[in-house]
Amino acid sequence: MPHIQLNNDAPGIRSLVLYRPDTGQPLYELAQALLRAGSPGSTLVDAERELIAAYVSSRNCTDFCQNSHAAAARFLYGDNQSIVDQVLTDVDTASLSPKMKALLSIAEHVQTDARTVSTELVETARQYGATDGDVHDTVLIAASFCMYNRYVDGLATLTPADPAAYMAMGERMGTLGYVIPQSGRTNQA
Amino acid sequence: MPHIPLPDHLPGITGLLEYRLDTAEPIRNLTQLLLRGESTLSEGERELIAALVSSRNCTNFCNAAHTKAADLLLGEPETALAVKADIETAPVSEKMKALLQIAALTQQSGRAVSTEAIARAKAAGASDREIHDTVLIAALFCLYNKYVDGLATVTPTDPAYYQLLGERITGRGYVRPPGGYPTPVK
Repeated sequence: MPHIQLNNDAPGIRSLVLYRPDTGQPLYELAQALLRAGSPGSTLVDAERELIAAYVSSRNCTDFCQNSHAAAARFLYGDNQSIVDQVLTDVDTASLSPKMKALLSIAEHVQTDARTVSTELVETARQYGATDGDVHDTVLIAASFCMYNRYVDGLATLTPADPAAYMAMGERMGTLGYVIPQSGRTNQA
Repeated sequence: MPHIPLPDHLPGITGLLEYRLDTAEPIRNLTQLLLRGESTLSEGERELIAALVSSRNCTNFCNAAHTKAADLLLGEPETALAVKADIETAPVSEKMKALLQIAALTQQSGRAVSTEAIARAKAAGASDREIHDTVLIAALFCLYNKYVDGLATVTPTDPAYYQLLGERITGRGYVRPPGGYPTPVK
């Protein structure tokens, strides 16, 4: 049960932006900019951005954000969607480019303690082809999901248990992107 | 030295907010709403939450900037210092102590915010909206702190820098000035 009276029965972040739409607006705009656009010079595609979001959420144990962004990443990876579950199980053995593995390692350090993102980690990512924009966007996506995860968990929002609910969310996030919700229906996210 | 090229005259968060404007705008708007918008918490109280979280994350730039902002808004430098040292003995109300503890738990992990911590805040008179805003401010400063530290931005050591920055964020607030921050003419 949520810690405060949200006056709607939507799950996760949706219940919070319905509760306070004025702060919800920039929160959704930030997600749209981070996950559907990029810094000039960034090579990351939308599926890779969603993968970073799902990975950080999984490390923060925020099931709602992990499941919904994993579903969006699976939708966007299409035929290669097994990459998502490989990454969430074990990054080292996932069939992922060395560049993405290096960027996920940066994201992991941001999630744990951002002061540990070392010059060596960043140099490794560069050697595998990561640009300044990729490094910037990886750090900001990871930092932003440390915010979203804390917001969603800190107020104990509802987390649907049915995997089918997330599949529908993932498809909507993959096609429409991040559009602020207008109603509290539980079958949306 | 920062991990990506940033302008020399824009240390800490200031250079990052100019690096990518389409992400900076919602981050700035969210901050302005939460820290300067309508609220039953004073601007000084909200800056205390920002300073506490930044101090717990050991992000020296944000800690110094928001401590200065809190000092300017509260009119004295003792409260922010005391809150960061020990919330329970700091000269703030029981409601603020309970909200600051919620912020401290949020900094650790959203999952650490306990029913007991929420019950204490409610018993001390905190509204749902105050609890909501406390959690979101604490979460937002985890974003800022990790952004600033994760890209190894420069942290000025001269207190005069934070005096100017504190005056800027308590005066103009968190909105970007028209034209941004051009490189100063030498």
